[in-house]
Amino acid sequence: MKEIIVLAEHRRGELRDVTWEILSKGRQLSESMGAEIGVALLGKGVSKIAEVLKPKAHRVFLIEDDRLEFYNSETYEKVLTQLITERKPPLTLIGHTAMGMDFAPSLAAHLKMPLATDCIGIDAAGEAFSLTRQLYGGKVNAKVSFLKKGPYMVTVRSGAFPVIEKEALLGELVKLPSPLTDEGLAKRFLQYVEAAVGEVDITQADILVSIGRGIKEAENIPMVREFADAIGGTLACSRPVVDKKWLPKDRQVGTSGKTVKPKVYIAIGISGAFQHIAGMKGAGTVIAINKDPKAPIFSAATYGIVADLFKIVPVLKDKVKGLKKIRVTS
Amino acid sequence: MNIVVCIKRVPETADADVSIGKSGKDIDKSGLAFDLNEWDSYAIEEAILLKEKLGGTVTVLSIGGEDSNESLRKCLAMGADDAIRLTDPAFEGSDGFVTAKILAEAIRKIPYDLILTGTQAEDDGYGQVGVVLAALLGIPHAALVNRLGVQDKNVKVHRELEGGVEEVFELDLPAVLTIQTGINEPRYVSIMGIRKVAKKEIKTLGTSDLNLKVEEVGLTGSDIQLEKIFLPPVGEGAEMLEGKPEEIASKVFDILKEKGGLA
Ligand SMILES: Cc1cc2nc3c(=O)[nH]c(=O)nc-3n(C[C@H](O)[C@H](O)[C@H](O)COP(=O)(O)OP(=O)(O)OC[C@H]3O[C@@H](n4cnc5c(N)ncnc54)[C@H](O)[C@@H]3O)c2cc1C
Ligand SMILES: Nc1ncnc2c1ncn2[C@@H]1O[C@H](COP(=O)(O)O)[C@@H](O)[C@H]1O
Repeated sequence: MKEIIVLAEHRRGELRDVTWEILSKGRQLSESMGAEIGVALLGKGVSKIAEVLKPKAHRVFLIEDDRLEFYNSETYEKVLTQLITERKPPLTLIGHTAMGMDFAPSLAAHLKMPLATDCIGIDAAGEAFSLTRQLYGGKVNAKVSFLKKGPYMVTVRSGAFPVIEKEALLGELVKLPSPLTDEGLAKRFLQYVEAAVGEVDITQADILVSIGRGIKEAENIPMVREFADAIGGTLACSRPVVDKKWLPKDRQVGTSGKTVKPKVYIAIGISGAFQHIAGMKGAGTVIAINKDPKAPIFSAATYGIVADLFKIVPVLKDKVKGLKKIRVTS
Repeated sequence: MNIVVCIKRVPETADADVSIGKSGKDIDKSGLAFDLNEWDSYAIEEAILLKEKLGGTVTVLSIGGEDSNESLRKCLAMGADDAIRLTDPAFEGSDGFVTAKILAEAIRKIPYDLILTGTQAEDDGYGQVGVVLAALLGIPHAALVNRLGVQDKNVKVHRELEGGVEEVFELDLPAVLTIQTGINEPRYVSIMGIRKVAKKEIKTLGTSDLNLKVEEVGLTGSDIQLEKIFLPPVGEGAEMLEGKPEEIASKVFDILKEKGGLA
């Protein structure tokens, strides 16, 4: 029987959330294709992880090797080339993550497999697939199809698919020999470097006032800071604000920054790229201020304000200050 | 140290009112401003910083029409030595894989120790070209590089992971690195600077110069094809607050009181 293969992504002993998402999507696809689902797990001393994966797939392909202790595109490619060549899955699913982005494109190129990256929708119609991607920073969606014959590889955006609980499968553990040898590698893992710890912890704040590239200049930040102070909020930001060194990295919300869950998140001049949304979608209430009514942030917001931030933020600040005063004196 | 940088000219859409073009397969680009892909501006800056430190040359490559000269010139003004534009009507419709193939054929013709690309292009967002390029050239690579240091025959790189954690690798040269934003501060290019390189020759190469067959490039050579584009549902779930700024402000205040525990 045909079998979709999903790659289990883990780091430092922990499975990454994207694994559950692509397993869930893979299961649904395999059912509609009349196929089975297998999950590939590469690592050193990861049999515990294999146990957790068993109920989610028909087969858990476990490849253990001391040389797989740390992810490396070179070793991953070698191992997955062997697995895919042997099992010939019609479809291989990999997360479009910092890991997936580092090796899926070269693996597909080496295997001469057509690849569609960063997909947010996958529909199977027999042997063919219809994919949905985003263009122009999420402003436009696109339907994409493969032009060549499979087998295919698809990298999947984190958070694009929900994890749907289904009855457990009796995953069979298939231990496979590692093809790796002591032959030297051209790419060598050295170490991890932890994220810098800053003076504020934005993950603990109840109210976050977050600014994006729409703020235009560093000189404009105090205006927003005053508003944040007035409502007892903490200042946060999108990536470009950190890239430009206007605010320190510990204020960045998003996949490569922090994941925050404040009661209220106010996004000001932020377009809403998925890497940003991923970091703030757990917020209780989201208020987005953007001059562009088509900004993707409005799809992730509870309340939207289409306005020029330079006009609306000062009014907001004055209003809050004024109303607070009235309430205190009355 | 000979460094090759691949760059792309893209429309600036973050601030723009984007609409679907007549073909239904792309946006209407008339009236949009174009600039160097954001990630590529960091890649070219990194190359120039390395050249300033270690000597050598920086060559910029771009696949695109004559308009792309504008972005290539910007790179020359920043300090690149040579610019080559890869262009052919047959390139039309090329996907990420074919884009990498064309770039690989052009790069085979020039000496290189290090190749830099952006992590992703703002328009198609494939995040694919640099890594495929390495596979086609048969050299090591690292994606999402936010710090690098060249040491003799290898390069030490930091790869940016989720949550701000980094992974450090050492790669033998030559290698391909895809550069992440924030790695440096791209220098400002003045109009004077652009003017100075206005007359500099930009070589062009097409399919036949690159040992490529017409059927290997463009849509016929591609793995994937765009069927149609559509605007994602906007404002889904978001209740729009309308009215005069003061009225909006009162509503925001009420929301804050109710949801945010504003005292
Ligand atoms: C691997 C990877 C990881 C990433 N990680 C992160 C991450 O952790 N966090 C993150 O944020 N990004 C991340 N990014 C970057 C992300 O893709 C976007 O580039 C980024 O989020 C865009 O930030 P922005 O919305 O502030 O800027 P833009 O997309 O430029 O948007 C600016 C917005 O401001 C609006 N605006 C402009 N002027 C005004 C005004 N006067 N009034 C009101 N609105 C105005 C515009 O309409 C626009 O919507 C990552 C990218 C990659 C490839
Ligand atoms: N047409 C092009 N010409 C030159 N380089 C390109 C082109 N398209 C993509 N690239 C390079 O590949 C990187 C990643 O693009 P992509 O894989 O399309 O997201 C870009 O940042 C560029 O460095």
